[in-house]
Amino acid sequence: MKRRQLCIAALLAAALASPAALAQKKYDPGASDTEIKVGNTNPYSGPASAYGVIGKSIAAYIRMVNEKGGVNGRKINWVSYDDGYSPPKTVEMARKLVEQDEVLFLYQTLGTPSNTAIHKYMNMKKVPQLHVATGATKWNDPKDFRWTMGWQPNYQDEAKVYAKHILQTRPNAKIAVLYQNDDYGKDYLKGFEDGLGKQNLKMIVAKASYEVAEPTVDSQILQLKASGADTFFNIATPKFAAQAIRAAYDSGWKPVQYVNNVSASIGAVLTPAGLEKSKGVITTAYLKDPVDKTWANDQAIKDFDAFMAKYMPDGNRADINYIYGYTVAQALVQVLKQCGDNLTRDNVMKQAASMKDFRIATLLPGITVTTSDVDYAPLQAVQLERFDGTQYELFGQVIRSDK
Amino acid sequence: MTKKQLLIGAILLLAACLLPFVLSNYRTFQAALVLVYAIALLGLNILTGYNGQISLGHGAFYAIGAYVAAILMDQAGAPYWATVPAAGAACLLVGFLFGLPALRLEGLYLALATFALGVSMPQLLKYHHLEKWTGGVQGIVIAKPEAPAFFPKIGLPLNPDQWLYFFTLAVALAMFLLAHNLLRGRVGRALVAIRDQHTAAEVMGINTALYKSLAFGVSAMYMGIAGALGAIAVQFVAPDSFNVFLSITFLVGIVVGGLASLSGALYGALFIQFVPNIADEISRAAPWAIFGIFLIAFVYVMPTGVAGAVRMILARRKST
Repeated sequence: MKRRQLCIAALLAAALASPAALAQKKYDPGASDTEIKVGNTNPYSGPASAYGVIGKSIAAYIRMVNEKGGVNGRKINWVSYDDGYSPPKTVEMARKLVEQDEVLFLYQTLGTPSNTAIHKYMNMKKVPQLHVATGATKWNDPKDFRWTMGWQPNYQDEAKVYAKHILQTRPNAKIAVLYQNDDYGKDYLKGFEDGLGKQNLKMIVAKASYEVAEPTVDSQILQLKASGADTFFNIATPKFAAQAIRAAYDSGWKPVQYVNNVSASIGAVLTPAGLEKSKGVITTAYLKDPVDKTWANDQAIKDFDAFMAKYMPDGNRADINYIYGYTVAQALVQVLKQCGDNLTRDNVMKQAASMKDFRIATLLPGITVTTSDVDYAPLQAVQLERFDGTQYELFGQVIRSDK
Repeated sequence: MTKKQLLIGAILLLAACLLPFVLSNYRTFQAALVLVYAIALLGLNILTGYNGQISLGHGAFYAIGAYVAAILMDQAGAPYWATVPAAGAACLLVGFLFGLPALRLEGLYLALATFALGVSMPQLLKYHHLEKWTGGVQGIVIAKPEAPAFFPKIGLPLNPDQWLYFFTLAVALAMFLLAHNLLRGRVGRALVAIRDQHTAAEVMGINTALYKSLAFGVSAMYMGIAGALGAIAVQFVAPDSFNVFLSITFLVGIVVGGLASLSGALYGALFIQFVPNIADEISRAAPWAIFGIFLIAFVYVMPTGVAGAVRMILARRKST
């Protein structure tokens, strides 16, 4: 009799407990007990195919995570399509991912025009468009676009850091600005002017813009030089940034030079410009550069190299896009970890918007990922660095643009 | 048209009308894109297939059509359906005007001139004095058209994707009929005569200059209409959408589909819509190499395009 009572009690307890256990597990399309489906578009072909390695390194990182058992016991199924950097193709692929493949969310879709093309659609469908790979400022708009979130420090934030540095070190500087005449160049310029503040706007003594269609920026540099400026802010994509650095040096103009992070690459910008001519150039960084000797014995870079050797043996560690993908993939895993068994689209956004000083080892020391439901800019801190003729040297403190 | 042909046409039309009710929204959207490409290929085929002029820059007219539609909707608040004829008219004019000087150029030289147009188009769209209208690199985002209120009333609630498909289907049908009527009569014969024997055509009294620039204008109009429909379907236009690769893709489409054939436009559209996706699924590392293999296989197996192969099979069946 007693045993029977016990049995009933146990059954009752189990019956009461199981709905509670079921209630804890919540799934939207793309998630199950065994799998989380994450979608992505990347330019594996076309004019911007150099960025395609980002999608490939994220895929490789996920392969590693899955081999180690996945996240909370679930494997990540990374579905990534080529959009050739063409917005209509991105729309088609995003619709395929959402409607046909039924992914839980999109992650790291790459390119400003491509993400603009699906911005409305994703928000209408209420499917997260998480950590997009573009530096435009507009992705940080949780009020109007709750389902879209940026990732890297945005252009305006970065430009504010240069403005701050100029105000701190040389308050009487006369500044000349070269910028690319499109939304990217204007985004930087706006951040820079905001950073200087209204009362200091007259510090900018000359501005010159160029079109991507132009063969060189030589005439713009001569024009900027003639203004008598002693400081030069170079807002240009790699090819033009290199031309500008070289033209400034060759014309005998010796200003203090700032160059945007877009063109910080030693291989793609400073080498063609001339390493000697690039000496003293100041820019910002938020990632550890694998070729920087400072990190030669750093555990994070050693781990990265081990990852590259095992999962991407053909990859080029000097290409910053690899470590970029390796880093952002860790943010993906973190968001999924935080979601636990509540894998709904709503919760994905909620977790992505509640990162508190999350540290990824490949970020520069002191830089962390922090978000809130009113702040959709995960990375806002950068550190200044100066080129010494062979490599960059970090200096000063990590600077948060919002403080 | 024979009775049999009419019957086949009716069956095909019925199938096309049932399609969006059996397909998912995403597939319906893809089907609408196929129709859009078919209209574009039809236009290019009039120029290249029937008139023998090679254009490597027709993507530029597709872009103009897309932008005319987007700007009219975005700036002037025009209804989406009104932008389609407007885009067609704008491209007819631009195409005709471009055709006038281009007439002096023959064969490969015309190909180069149109190539220049195709290459420069994305940069023209980024031109900063036009930015107020074109939105520069950012492009223009447009709203998706809803089905008219009339349909739910008769118990046929269409979602936006289905409605867009039917709208595109109606325009495509009209454009195919127009092309059919245009090409089967005097005009069509004149165009083909110019293609086959330019001097002979002139001797026969055909105004070759007029016909050639007309062919250019009409094909540009088709492109413009396709561009407008494409913009409405994708809901976004940006300069990066209309690079020179698009023009090349169109050329690939008409050759694979079948030159100088109306039905070829549809086959070609299916090819350029789906084969790149299939290639991407086969190999992520080298999708365009796979695409190349497909292309070579098609051209090798069907040297006169899919339409030519279909014709051949039908003729063979008839003779046996």
